[in-house]
Amino acid sequence: MLTYITRRVLYSIPVLILSTFLSFTFVSLAGDPLGQLRLQRGMSPETLNNLKHQYHLDQPIPVRYWYWVQDVFLHKLGNSLVTLQPIWPDIQRTMGHTLQVVLTAELLALVLGVTVGIFSAIRQYSVFDYFFTSVSFLGLAMPVFWLALLLQVLFVDIYLKWNIRIFYTSGLNSPHGTAWSLDRLQHIALPVMTLCIISFALYSRYMRASMLDVLNTDYVRTARAKGLPEWRVVMGHVFRNALIPITTVAALNIGAVFGGAIITETIFTLDGIGYYFIGRLQALDIYAVMAYLLVTAVIIIVFNLIADILYGFLDPRIRYD
Amino acid sequence: MTEIESHADAGSIESHPGLESSTVAPMAQMPNVVALGEGVAAADSTVEAGLELKVRSQWSYARDRFVRHRLAMASLIVLIFVFGVGAFANFVAPYSYSAIDLTNILHPPTTVGQHYFGTDEIGRDYFSRVIYGIRTSMEVGIFVAIVSSIIGLIIGAIAGYYGGWLDNLLMRVTDLVLTLPALAILLVASALLGAGNQWRVSLILALFFWTGLARIVRGIFLSLREKEYVEAAKAAGSHDIRIMFRHILPNTLGPVVVNGTLAVATAIITEAALSFLGFGIKPPTPSLGSLVVSGQSNPQKWWLTIFPGLTILLIVLCINFIGDGLRDALDPTQRRVRA
Amino acid sequence: MPEPILSIRNLVVEFKTEDGIVHAVDDITYDVFPGETLGIVGESGSGKSVSTLALLGLIPQPPGRIANGEAMFKGRDLLKLSKRDLRDFRGKEVAMIFQDPMTSLNPVLKVGFQLSEAIKTHFPKEKDDAIKARVIELLRLVGVPNPEQRYEQYPHEFSGGMRQRAMIAMSITNSPSILIADEPTTALDVTIQAQVLEVMKRVQAETDAATILITHDLGIVAEMCERVIVMYGGKIVEFGDVHTIFGKPRHPYTIGLMNSLPRLTEDEEWLQPIPGQPPSLINRPRGCAFHPRCFLAQGRPRCREEVPELRPIEGDQHGSACHFAEELRERPSRFAEPVGGAA
Repeated sequence: MLTYITRRVLYSIPVLILSTFLSFTFVSLAGDPLGQLRLQRGMSPETLNNLKHQYHLDQPIPVRYWYWVQDVFLHKLGNSLVTLQPIWPDIQRTMGHTLQVVLTAELLALVLGVTVGIFSAIRQYSVFDYFFTSVSFLGLAMPVFWLALLLQVLFVDIYLKWNIRIFYTSGLNSPHGTAWSLDRLQHIALPVMTLCIISFALYSRYMRASMLDVLNTDYVRTARAKGLPEWRVVMGHVFRNALIPITTVAALNIGAVFGGAIITETIFTLDGIGYYFIGRLQALDIYAVMAYLLVTAVIIIVFNLIADILYGFLDPRIRYD
Repeated sequence: MTEIESHADAGSIESHPGLESSTVAPMAQMPNVVALGEGVAAADSTVEAGLELKVRSQWSYARDRFVRHRLAMASLIVLIFVFGVGAFANFVAPYSYSAIDLTNILHPPTTVGQHYFGTDEIGRDYFSRVIYGIRTSMEVGIFVAIVSSIIGLIIGAIAGYYGGWLDNLLMRVTDLVLTLPALAILLVASALLGAGNQWRVSLILALFFWTGLARIVRGIFLSLREKEYVEAAKAAGSHDIRIMFRHILPNTLGPVVVNGTLAVATAIITEAALSFLGFGIKPPTPSLGSLVVSGQSNPQKWWLTIFPGLTILLIVLCINFIGDGLRDALDPTQRRVRA
Repeated sequence: MPEPILSIRNLVVEFKTEDGIVHAVDDITYDVFPGETLGIVGESGSGKSVSTLALLGLIPQPPGRIANGEAMFKGRDLLKLSKRDLRDFRGKEVAMIFQDPMTSLNPVLKVGFQLSEAIKTHFPKEKDDAIKARVIELLRLVGVPNPEQRYEQYPHEFSGGMRQRAMIAMSITNSPSILIADEPTTALDVTIQAQVLEVMKRVQAETDAATILITHDLGIVAEMCERVIVMYGGKIVEFGDVHTIFGKPRHPYTIGLMNSLPRLTEDEEWLQPIPGQPPSLINRPRGCAFHPRCFLAQGRPRCREEVPELRPIEGDQHGSACHFAEELRERPSRFAEPVGGAA
C-alpha cells in the first residue's frame, strides 16, 4: 500500500510541474505583471526597472518559471508583484476559512445524502422516494450562483421586512466575531447551505442508485435465504457494498467543490481562497494567481489519491501492491 | 432505420451499408425477437400462428424505450419549445435586447407593452433579453457539446485502439486537464485572453469538457479491439481506420449521445456561472448568467433574478431528464432502476 | 408410501412487467418425500427456479406475485407465513444453493464470516468459537483444503468450484430438512462439475435431507435423482421416477429432450433438436403450451384449444400432461437402461 501511495505521489509530480508550467506560461504571456504598478503615480522608470530586474521579468519565461518554483519552496510562495507582500499568509488565512465552509457543507451533505439515499432505496417508489428524487434532480440542475443569490436575496428580504437577522448574507464575521462562534455560524450558514444542497443532491442520488444495485445482487438474495432479518441484510451486507462507490464520488466531489467555492465566496463576500483568487485575478497579480492554482491542483491530486486509497481499503478485491 | 440481423455476424467486413450487424456487439445483447400472436413469419422457422417472430432493429427498440420514459418525453417537448423560442428569437421577442427605455426602468412584470418579465435598470425589456439569452445558451451548449464530443471521441479512440505509449501519453494529457481546477483555469483563460466573445468562451469550454468522454470511449475501444471480429477484419486486410470507424465506433454511439446531451447542460451552467462572475460572455451579447447580475444589484426586484435563473434551471432539468431517458434507451444492459 | 415432507398445491406465480403479465408458474402441484432427490428439469423460462424461490419467499413482491397456491411443510403453509416466521425456515429447515457462485457470496466479507452468520442468525446463543469450529468442519466435509486458512479469506480468493463448495457448506450448516439446489453446476467447468456433484452426494449421505435439484442437464438428473419432474412453459408436463422418465417417457416434450441428447455409443450424423422456440410467458399459445412444436399434435384441434391436465399413466407414480399420451406407449425407448447409475 505504501509503495502504491509513493508511486502515485511521484507520478503526480510531473503532472503538477507540467500544469503549473503551462499555467505560468499562459499567465505570464497574457498580461504585464507590472501593469498595475506602472499606473501608480510616483513610480519612476528606475524603480520600475529595478523591480523588473528584481523579479526577473527581463528573463525568458522558463527561467522565470524556475525562479518561481524556487520561490514556492524557499520563500513560501514568494511575494505578490502587485502588493509586494508575501503571499503565504494570505493563502493560509483564506484557506482556513474556505476549509471551514467547505468541510462543514460536505460533511453535512454526506451524512444527509447517504441517509436519504438509503431510505429512498429501501422504500422505493414511496412518497419519500419521489419527493427526494425530485429534490435531487432539482439540486443537480440548479446553477450554484443562482441558488446562492436566491438565498441571499431571501434573507436580505426577511431582514428588511421584519428586521430579524437569522443568517447573515455577507462576510465572515461581524466586527469582533471569532472563528468558532455563533456569529460565525450565522455568517457561514447560507454559503454552507448552498454548497450542501448541491452536494446533497449528488450524494443522495448516487447512494440510492448504489443501494438499488446492491439490493438486486445475488449475494443479497443469499443473505436473505440464510434467514437474516431484513435490517441485518441492509446494514450488514447492502450498506457496506453500496458505500464503496460513494467514497470515490465524495472524495472527487470535495476536490471539485473547492473550485465551486469561488462562486459562493464571491456572492457572499467571504474571505476565502476563492474570493482571494478572483480579486487577484482581476488585479492580474500573477504570482498570487499561480499560488492559488498550485494550491488547488495539489488539493485535487490529494483528494484523488484519498479516493483511490479509500476504495482499496473498503473493497478487498482491490489490493494495491 | 437499419434492419439488423438477429444474430451477430462475426467478421463480416463486406457488410452492406444497411446491414451493419457486426458493429453493434454490446447492443446486440438485447433480445431481438419478440414472439407475438400474429406477425411476420421468421426467416427460418416453419411455425404457425402462435409463435411467429418479428425482427426489429436496434434503433426501434431504443426509440421505444425512450418514448416509454414519460419524463424524458415531456422534457424533450418542453426543451424543443424553449430552444425553438431561442432559435427564432428575432421573431418571438417583442423588443431587441438592447432597446433602452429610460422612462420605464425596473418595472415589475406586466402585460402592458408586453413586458411579461418586467424591465431592467435601464428599461430594457427583460422578456426579450431572456429570450436572446436562451439563444446564446443554446448556441454555446450545442457548440461545446459537439466540439468536446469530437475531441473526446478522437482522443479516446486513438488511445484505446493503439494502446501502448500513445495511450499512456494521451491519458496523461487527460489527467493533466482533469487535475487543473476547471473553473479557475477558465477564469484565468478568459481574464487573460480577453474573452467576451461567445465563440471564444465556447471554444475554451470545449477544450476542457472532452476528458470524460475520452475516458469512456477509450474503455470501449480497449475492450472491443480484442474481439474476434476485429481480428477477422484485420486478417482480411482492412486497415485500422476502417476498423475503427466501421466496427468499433458505432458501439460508442450510446455513451457519446448520452454524454453529449449532458454536456450541453454542463456547458450552459458553466457559461452562465462564468458570465455571472464577469469572466464569460460580456455585454452586449446577452447571456442568462450576466442577466442575473442585474438581479444581484437590485435584490428587491425579484423578477430580475428569478426569470433568467428559472430559465437555466428549466433547460438543465429537461436536458438531465432527456439524458436519463437516453441512457435507459441506449444501454438497457445496465441494471439501472429508473430514478 | 411415506408422508411427503413438502406438498405444493396449485402454485401460481406471476410477474407484472411493462410488456404484460408473465405467467412464470402456472398451477403446479407436486410432493417431495423425505430423504429423496427430486429433479426438476426444464429449459430456461420453464418456471423451475421461480417455483422454489416462491417457497422461500425470495420472489421480489412488487413485480412478482404469488397469485395462488399452498406449500405445506411440517403442517404449515410456507406461502402464508409472516416475514418473521419465514426467516425461521430460511437457512434452517429449508436451505438453498444458488447457481452462480461468483456472485452469490458477498465480495467484501470473509467467507468464514458469511458461513458463521448462517449459524449465528438461527442460534444466537452459541459461542463464537463453537460456531467457527463447526464452519471449519463443514468446509472440510465439502472438500475445501486448508479450511482454517480459508475461513479468513475473501470469496475472490476462492476458485469457482471452491466457492460452490462453500455455498453448499453454508446451506447445510443448520441441517435442513430440504435442500434446494438451483442449477448448482451450470456455471462451472465440466470437471469441476463432477467434483461438486460428488460433494453433494456426500452431503446428502451425511444429512439425509430431501434435495430438490433444479437443472436443465439431463446427465446430472440421471446421475443424481430418484424422481423427476419435467416442466415446460410454467407447467408440469410429466413426472415419474428416473427410470421411467428416461426409459418410458410419455410426453412429446420429454421425448424430444431425450432425443436431443447425443449418444456416445451410437453413430449419429445429425443432432435432433426440438424445433421452434420456447413460448413467450406473456402471450402463451392457446391450448397446450407445447403444441406449436409438438410432433404428436399434428394440427389436432384438441391440442390447439384444450389445456391438457396432468393425469396418471399406469399408476399414480407416473403422470403426463398430454391429450394423446397413450399413443406414445409403443414407442421404442431410446435408452435401454438409464444413462447414469442412480440408485
